Amino acid sequence: MTTTALPPLTPLTKKDFQTDQEVRWCPGCGDYAILSAVQSVFPELGVARENFVVVSGIGCSSRFPYYMNTFGFHTIHGRAPAVATGIKVVRPELEVWMVTGDGDALSIGGNHTMHLLRRNVGIKVMLFNNRIYGLTKGQYSPTSEFQKITKSTPYGSPDRPINPISLAIGAEATFVARSVDVFQSHLKDTLRAAAAHRGTAFVEILQNCNIFNDGAWFGLTEKEARSEKVLQLEHGKPLVFGKNRDKGIRRKADGDIEVVQLGNGISESDLVIHDAHHPRPSYGFLIAHMEERPGFPTPIGVLRAWDALPRFEDVINDQIQSVIEKKGPGDLNKLLRAGDTWEVK
Amino acid sequence: MSTLTETPLSKAKRELLEQAVIRFAGDSGDGMQVTGSQFTNTVALYGNDIATFPDYPAEIRAPAGTVPGVSGFQLHFSSSEIHTPGDSVDVLIAMNPAALKVNIADLKANGILIVNSNSFEESDLRKAHLTSNPMEDHSLDKFRVFPVELQRLTRAALQHLGLDAKAMDRCKNFFALGMCYWLYNRSMEPTVRWIDEKFKKKPLLVEANKLALKAGYSYCEATEAFQISYEIPPAQLSPGLYRNLSGNQALAMGFVAAAQKAGLKLFLGSYPITPASDILHELSQYKNFGVLTFQAEDEIAAITSAIGASYAGSLALTTTSGPGMALKTEALGLAVATELPLVICDIQRGGPSTGLPTKTEQADLLQALFGRNSEAPIPVLAAATPGDCFWIAVEACRIALKYMVPVIVLSDGYLANGSEPWRIPNLDEIPAFPVKFATDPVGFQPYKRNPDTLARPWAVPGTRGLEHRIGGLEKQDVTGNINYEPLNHENMVRIRAAKVEAIVQDIPNVLPNGDPEGDLLIVSWGSTYGAITQAVNGQREKGRKIGHLHLRHLNPLPANVGDVLKRYKKVLVPELNMGQLLWVLRAKYLVNAVGLNKIQGRPFKQAELDQKIEEMLGL
Repeated sequence: MTTTALPPLTPLTKKDFQTDQEVRWCPGCGDYAILSAVQSVFPELGVARENFVVVSGIGCSSRFPYYMNTFGFHTIHGRAPAVATGIKVVRPELEVWMVTGDGDALSIGGNHTMHLLRRNVGIKVMLFNNRIYGLTKGQYSPTSEFQKITKSTPYGSPDRPINPISLAIGAEATFVARSVDVFQSHLKDTLRAAAAHRGTAFVEILQNCNIFNDGAWFGLTEKEARSEKVLQLEHGKPLVFGKNRDKGIRRKADGDIEVVQLGNGISESDLVIHDAHHPRPSYGFLIAHMEERPGFPTPIGVLRAWDALPRFEDVINDQIQSVIEKKGPGDLNKLLRAGDTWEVK
Repeated sequence: MSTLTETPLSKAKRELLEQAVIRFAGDSGDGMQVTGSQFTNTVALYGNDIATFPDYPAEIRAPAGTVPGVSGFQLHFSSSEIHTPGDSVDVLIAMNPAALKVNIADLKANGILIVNSNSFEESDLRKAHLTSNPMEDHSLDKFRVFPVELQRLTRAALQHLGLDAKAMDRCKNFFALGMCYWLYNRSMEPTVRWIDEKFKKKPLLVEANKLALKAGYSYCEATEAFQISYEIPPAQLSPGLYRNLSGNQALAMGFVAAAQKAGLKLFLGSYPITPASDILHELSQYKNFGVLTFQAEDEIAAITSAIGASYAGSLALTTTSGPGMALKTEALGLAVATELPLVICDIQRGGPSTGLPTKTEQADLLQALFGRNSEAPIPVLAAATPGDCFWIAVEACRIALKYMVPVIVLSDGYLANGSEPWRIPNLDEIPAFPVKFATDPVGFQPYKRNPDTLARPWAVPGTRGLEHRIGGLEKQDVTGNINYEPLNHENMVRIRAAKVEAIVQDIPNVLPNGDPEGDLLIVSWGSTYGAITQAVNGQREKGRKIGHLHLRHLNPLPANVGDVLKRYKKVLVPELNMGQLLWVLRAKYLVNAVGLNKIQGRPFKQAELDQKIEEMLGL
């Protein structure tokens, strides 16, 4: 088996990553845009096609591997992180991308998601968040709004939603980002940044389900809203938003943040400067769920990218190597004869 | 450091015995498992045949001195071939009243009872819920009782070392062990070596444990407490090099051997669970064999990570017990559907639910055979003895890799922790089954099958030109594309079943031990092998026409089982469950077999088997 990955034979194109399988998402689904972005970015990564493995769980998003002309594994509900971990630890040279959804990653697979992130396995995770169960036809998901009316909550959802970004940063993920299905160039940039990260890269992609939860993100994606409600994060730049870039995020004396109007003595130099590279996740957590407060924008882009933590697969394989160096390669004959033995004649 | 010299026996009489059963019993903190293991190792090295039965509570440290906290280790050692740890014991070492209370019923009349007389105070008796002191109330009159002040004597032997009382008391099990070595004329040397190794970073403990051991030995010598000592000559086992081996150790080594014979890296995904955890502990030591162990976040991640590792080209394994098997069920279906090689070990314990975590049972057979949604056949193998676990591990890997299927291995708590002398094979005695991954893109199809085995190709990521997609959805044969057509589904269900059935061509017919035809056939599987072998041998010595058919392959069953069943007037199926193999045999062969069923978390006793056999023979 190869242990070092070969480069692509010839430059790859988007077409090389398309399969002959009929795509079976509903017409108008946000997943099409994400598929297109991924197929555009993969050829740029300098990885041979056979070294890509796309792993998914269950749900609409998890049909993704069937439409990618790479190695692909459509696993079972919630367990993609564990399958992907198994692949990555035994074959660290492979480029493993995982596709999951809000129900798959945060409900049935919540435990595995947390452990994938805290171990820092070198896997890229794309979580398509449409705030609804689509494949089972319209029940509320762990990211659905409180009191949301769905098929299983005709009188409103009693659950408080979870914020995927908060969860990822809470689990001390080393790369956490958010993008939106319809923001194609932003999405591609975000995927490129994820690809460049060695540890676990977690990308939440806000995605529209036009059948069961149409308009879930229209508050961000409609033309008028884009600049008023979206804060585009850039490392080293102040947190500014608004059509006229006239609003920003400022630290309060108690360490919390507030929205301020620029002008009248308040300038960009008073604002929080985005630091995605800080070793501690505290700042990332502070801004992770700001959109849940009145008047705050939704941050998109890379919230956190700190790549100094060794990857799980490297730690585990380095340990094996160091034991081999210390003890020499295992000798089966010696193993069987280890300890006290006696001869019967 | 003191040196150990064993003074030759003086006046005590020495008696030659064929076999003996000894049981060490005390608090779970008294070190009874270590003591028993040391005695076992010593007599095994000497050349006796052995069978052991460690029996310990699920609680790590139940309140000291209470009945739930009692831990025991029973050893049967012999100069002839033996198969069970023995029904009743010749020598019982009881470290406290609770241990005495729990175990005394198993001591033979006139058996030797060694008790720690320092632990029979009023408060000790109360902890064991005893209303009178058995040392004084004549309830022990039919035994040879040897009250020994284990605590005081151990402290006396160690007082100059400057250890605290607690540390000194922790050595009293080795004082008792020293006494037993004297009683059975065994060398202290193997245990001394073990102490040197175990405590090499703590010289004071090396000294203390050696002194305690020696003090126990000398105590017998000086006081002539026993008047008699015993000699059990070495057994005539088949020639070869032997070691003492437990079932879990054997499984771990078997998988390492199988990985080498397949030319693959071994991956274990596991979550700790009694009594399977020792396989994880063992394999995590074998990193220089390239073994990758992954302690997953739960049972589901343990098996699904193994499925990922298998997909990526490793020999993948997951180990668990019954409750963990239940959690792995959905993923087993994924392995069936994706037709990936995988070995799943279920080290059975008493159930249902959490049940009896440290006690043995064989009630997961039907779960292994059928416990999945829809039609999801999986080959099932079961080990017969601790040493057989090695060979079953190798066989499971061979089948998994050759047929591209998940394979379930059944062991149980009794095999896992029990040990026996194991003849170490030469490497060429272990079958080789080198694996070939698919590499040729020309004509490659992910579900194009080998016509003999029906196995699909193993096309691992990283192989140029073999990019393909697999998953849990129903797929078209050959292409592997998603397919929901009615006839395709039926075809795929039948192919997956036929593939498992095809393994029958690859497993040997089974021959019954004992009479090839006759009045009674006993059919068994798993860890009851030893007890039933012993019973059948005994019955046949009395002239009874009995055969014993022991099954290691439970799915598919060997081709000739139906024929063998017909050669006997009656069929008995003893199992440590409510009759699971019985149910299978009756359903498959329409045979009027009868069960003997015990569900007590303990193995069969000889007497229980004898009684049922004689009842069936009309005696």
